[in-house]
Amino acid sequence: MTALAAPPDVAVDVVAGQRTRRASRRRLVIVVLAVLVVVAFAATLMVGRTFYPPGEVWRVVLGEKVPGASFTVGRLRLPRGVLAVVAGLSFGLAGVTFQTMLRNPLASPDVIGISSGASAAAVVGIVVFSLDGTAVSSLAVAAALGVALLIYVLAFKDGVAGTRLILIGIGVGAMLNSVIQYVLSRAGQWDYQEALRWLTGSLNGTSWTTVTPALIALAVLGPVLLGQTKNLSALQLGDDTAAALGVRVERTRVIAIITAVGLVAFATAACGPIAFVSFLAGPIAARIVGPNGSLLVPAALVGALLVLVADLVGQFALDTRFPVGVVTGVLGAPYLIYLIIRTNRAGGSL
Amino acid sequence: MTRTHALVAEELTLAYGERTVIEGLDLAVPAGRITAIVGANASGKSTLLRSMSRLLAPRAGRVLLDGRAVHRMPAKELARTLGLLPQSPIAPEGITVSDLVGRGRHPHQGVFSRWSREDDAAVAAALEATQTTELAERAVDELSGGQRQRVWIAMALAQQTDLLLLDEPTTFLDVSHQIEVLDLLTDLNRVRGTTIVMVLHDLNLAARYADHLVALESGRIHAAGEPSTVLTEDCVRAVFGLESRVIADPISGRPLMLPIGRHHVTAPVTAEV
Repeated sequence: MTALAAPPDVAVDVVAGQRTRRASRRRLVIVVLAVLVVVAFAATLMVGRTFYPPGEVWRVVLGEKVPGASFTVGRLRLPRGVLAVVAGLSFGLAGVTFQTMLRNPLASPDVIGISSGASAAAVVGIVVFSLDGTAVSSLAVAAALGVALLIYVLAFKDGVAGTRLILIGIGVGAMLNSVIQYVLSRAGQWDYQEALRWLTGSLNGTSWTTVTPALIALAVLGPVLLGQTKNLSALQLGDDTAAALGVRVERTRVIAIITAVGLVAFATAACGPIAFVSFLAGPIAARIVGPNGSLLVPAALVGALLVLVADLVGQFALDTRFPVGVVTGVLGAPYLIYLIIRTNRAGGSL
Repeated sequence: MTRTHALVAEELTLAYGERTVIEGLDLAVPAGRITAIVGANASGKSTLLRSMSRLLAPRAGRVLLDGRAVHRMPAKELARTLGLLPQSPIAPEGITVSDLVGRGRHPHQGVFSRWSREDDAAVAAALEATQTTELAERAVDELSGGQRQRVWIAMALAQQTDLLLLDEPTTFLDVSHQIEVLDLLTDLNRVRGTTIVMVLHDLNLAARYADHLVALESGRIHAAGEPSTVLTEDCVRAVFGLESRVIADPISGRPLMLPIGRHHVTAPVTAEV
């Protein structure tokens, strides 16, 4: 270890080449995922009790009047598809943000009780206070933020340690779930149906009024979160290392938490907590991308793809129609068990 | 190519919650030299280092870099002048060596800025200096302890700071790797004029490699100065509570401490003073 002189051009080229290879692998994954999302989205618009060919669907999207298709595609399938994409992107982004920041795949908002906060508030709003629509959504958003703050405060002791936050979050989530169960057990028939949506997550009966708030939240909060990409990557090296690299650790963490919780809250308010999408998107993206840079965008796309495909499966692949959350739940539960077993053995990270 | 910087702690008091670790400490880091901080476990060595690199805000007093309080400086600006390698940095699963070393470029890049030739050159130089060029495409978690430590030092080098603080850079390394790391840091100091401050466990290596030795005892400086004046039998007794002989190291002429335990003492122990 002696040479400290300026490196030869060849050595610099080698380093540049390695970096470019990593970046292009990641870019390729992003492009492929984006194409798949578009295809699945198109399928959502075309497939149903009546099949509409791409041409007719396109004309509806452009705003032309097409008999039959204008209603089915324009009023029913389009909002449903858009919400699937928006919610998937939101859940994926939020999940991978928490997982990266806390360096633990168990740390996604649906595992640590933040989604449960939104659900519990919504169920209480519907059953106890007979609220509906916007009131329920606002309540859910406020509750998710409140629960996140509660978990953060409870877990705060000389900064926030990942494991402590996760355990407290799981505890808070369990309490909120029992609140949900209790309220549901006293609910009337109609309220019960309505409230059930808040437990598994469903895209049934989506209209533009439910989509819009989630869409705006994504448009506002998404870019803010993506602006933190480099800081979040630095945080992966440990708080001290990140701080030594000039990252303002606590500030980054607060921005990331607020935006991620906001994304989860608005998406949950629109379609319920679609089970395990936040939790699965990051690890799946990590598998595909490999250690080649930030997972934020790939995980968001995986989230969207998961919701779109799970909704198609739930609607058409089986004899009975299942809400999307049931399908993602079936996918996610075994992975959660696998992860707990593996973490028990080794203490893994994302 | 290196500017000299004055890093000074004034009346510094540091605490974790209720527990005061450092109290009223004054320390001036000699510019362009190698400073080693030694002391018993829990004497506040790492805490002091963390505070000097703004990771821990002082309870009282301040840390000044060229006359400016480090805790008020813009984070990235400070990180371009002063680097820190903490004791247990975390390598993300599967990350490659060149990717990890590249993370050292963070303070030189904007939010959306692209990689420049300069960034690549800094990474290449850091890999070369730590002899990790051949490992560049390997995953960090596959490396041996010694290799991994060299990679982390490479990351700190890629940051290209005039001041480099290292928290026990030789822990977990076998003796040849310890020497390798310390030789590298000395090269860095001699060739580039980088000011180095490191916490070391091994007193004899500290005395061998440091120009300036700081002995901490329960949060206060017991002695500071040239190793030959600092590392004495009295100092070892006061700082570590250990009897010892200090002789001249036949290799370097620096002081060499030989501990006296309860066993295996065959030569007559002549108490100095």
